[in-house]
Amino acid sequence: MSDLQAFRQQTRDWLEDNCPPAMREPVKGGEGMCWGGRNFTFESQQQQQWMERMGTKGWTAPDWPAEYGGGGLNKTEHKILKEEMSRINARSPLDSFGIWMIGPALLKFGSEALKQQHLPAIVRGEIRWCQGYSEPGAGSDLAGLQSKGEDRGDHFIANGQKVWTSYGDKADWMFCLLRTDSEAKKQMGISLVLFDMLTPGVTPKPIKLISGSSPFCETFLDDVRVEKDQVVGEVNQGWTIAKYLLTHEREMIGGMGMTEAGAETLSQMAMRVMGVEQGRLNNPMLRAEIAKWEIDGACFGLTAERVTDEVKSNSGVGATSAMLKYYGTELNKRRFETLLKIHGSDGMVWDGEAANNGWLPRTWLRTKGNSIEGGTSEVQLNVIAKNILGLG
Amino acid sequence: MALVLNEEQQMLKESAQGFLAEFAPVAELRKQRDAASQTGYADNLWRQMADMGWAAILVPEAYGGLEFGHVGMGQIVEQTGRTLTASPLFATAVLGVTAINIAGSEAQKNELLGAIAGGEITTALAIDEKIHHAPTQISMTAVKQGGSYILNGAKRFVADGGTADKLIVAARTAGEAGDMSGISLFVVDRTASGIDVDRIEMTDTRNYANINFDNVKVVEAALLGEEGKGFKALNATLDVGNIYLAAELLGVAQETFDVTLQYLKERKQFGVLIGSFQALQHRAAHWWSEVELCKSVVLKALQAIDEGDKKSPVLASIAKAKLCEVAELATNEAIQMHAGIGMTDEYDIGFFIKRARSAQIMFGDNGYHTDRFALLSGY
Repeated sequence: MSDLQAFRQQTRDWLEDNCPPAMREPVKGGEGMCWGGRNFTFESQQQQQWMERMGTKGWTAPDWPAEYGGGGLNKTEHKILKEEMSRINARSPLDSFGIWMIGPALLKFGSEALKQQHLPAIVRGEIRWCQGYSEPGAGSDLAGLQSKGEDRGDHFIANGQKVWTSYGDKADWMFCLLRTDSEAKKQMGISLVLFDMLTPGVTPKPIKLISGSSPFCETFLDDVRVEKDQVVGEVNQGWTIAKYLLTHEREMIGGMGMTEAGAETLSQMAMRVMGVEQGRLNNPMLRAEIAKWEIDGACFGLTAERVTDEVKSNSGVGATSAMLKYYGTELNKRRFETLLKIHGSDGMVWDGEAANNGWLPRTWLRTKGNSIEGGTSEVQLNVIAKNILGLG
Repeated sequence: MALVLNEEQQMLKESAQGFLAEFAPVAELRKQRDAASQTGYADNLWRQMADMGWAAILVPEAYGGLEFGHVGMGQIVEQTGRTLTASPLFATAVLGVTAINIAGSEAQKNELLGAIAGGEITTALAIDEKIHHAPTQISMTAVKQGGSYILNGAKRFVADGGTADKLIVAARTAGEAGDMSGISLFVVDRTASGIDVDRIEMTDTRNYANINFDNVKVVEAALLGEEGKGFKALNATLDVGNIYLAAELLGVAQETFDVTLQYLKERKQFGVLIGSFQALQHRAAHWWSEVELCKSVVLKALQAIDEGDKKSPVLASIAKAKLCEVAELATNEAIQMHAGIGMTDEYDIGFFIKRARSAQIMFGDNGYHTDRFALLSGY
């Protein structure tokens, strides 16, 4: 047996022994996701076990180096792990901005001390992170941010207001952009800093959205002490890291245009809900709309695949994350408009168990934010026009 | 299979690009049009292409071909979309080879494929009888009489129909319009008695004909495949044809984009380059994004035919539908962004929109393939 076959067998056995039965059921509509952190309420003991067992093994961040608590797996092993998890329908053990965003930035730009301090706790799901980027006056023009970090020798004193902090009221630590040099050109005076949300002066306040839920906060910073050893990279060089992180975020959001394998497709759902006449979905207008969406969805999926293949073989320029973000989020919005049409008046029911607590209208409204967060569609088009097409 | 070209395919693409830019640029098509060419293409160009082996790319080695595969051939056809090169490449080296290779007997393959590979004969595929593509709606008849068939009916919009040596014709040996069974394919000499070829001048100035069959008598050996069971081979040939039309439209979409992008960087109004206007930047960026999607689906579809993938029919319709949509966007945006000059005959953009619409319509347009995709997907 080759090493890889042995690895697959060991992985399969380990998952068989350690993945609790309830964690082999799909997550329903956002509930049941596991965010970890100091204040997290696990939906079940099994959920907690699953996160802790995977975290101890480093498999919540399978490709991070083992010295920082990660799984230390190479690409092939990582792929095998994913395959073996999907074989038993295993849920993601931990959903985390730590793993998706600040972790990769620390691995690339962070000091040894910062890596040692933060990465293992991220892997084990002990610390939940939030992002302090946007401000009331700095949305699309992120580099225009005004929250200040005043130099006090070994620390900064931060003052200002952040907005659209995802789960700011539930997070333990924030990675945050501060203006640390107000004289420099706007991109040049920004630092990326880390601080505990329990630091005096940090006040997150949830914002209620059109979907009725409050996943975002505005976060007030009043004389918040930030240690200088919590600066990622160099002081005043945070914009480069911020852009790197935005790319990650775009890829993450862009991927949401895709439906999971095995899930009911739009056309299957439409036939189930609306009916079939002579072997065809009974509404020709909707049939055309769905077919056009599924054609575009297929082409978009193939493009994500091609981009990955091109990176692997170092050929072509590859479509950028800006394009994938733009197209993927617009596709996802279209998908939910079509879903509403399929469900008719049922699609407008806001509450009640029969309507899955209004999952459809609330999620539909939530998708409107997809083409705003992480850079609006218009900003993505600007990025393509300037960086790829060379239009000034 | 990874969605990238291998080294050999990349080399073929580049050599096709170089050759076509030198010997068959848009100016060549203009020359054919201005001279009111009766063939729509230059004979010596086709000779050069055949000498380079392009007619032999899809022909199996056993019949004297190169057997280089569809991904490779697709790169050439994509490049012909950039230069709008008119030649028998599509009707003969793609459609003819595919139909004969799928349906032909050993004897037919030996005789015809070798001749095509050597550039000795050309073919044309005669399918549609009405103004909209509808392969099941064939009503042309072929009646068996002794050791022969008697063909009666009329075909339209036959690419290279006026010049091809051999016509591959779909006719009914049983059933009626709408039936999938009862369709048979025949290989017929274009000059056979009873055939009346009417060359049609069309918008893209290519070589099309409407063909009338009046008691055309062909020998039994002219039957391509089994009697009454030709629809499957026809369908498979049309899938291949549509994937190549998508490849050509990809060339059109990319070339019009490149030319327009260049224009946005040269043309000044209000004292600045028009490419500095956000209204145009966003439209260009969207157009570019759509072309990226097109590249992926065309490559995937070409790979699917090479691999004999069961999803080839679905991918053919996805690719054709998407490329029809984006070619329409591309050619319309190209004219709008060029504005006045884009409306002049002197400028080349007009040739692209003319060619695009004909290629879109051939073997089913966006609506046809969107609907076919839904049907194949079970709704």
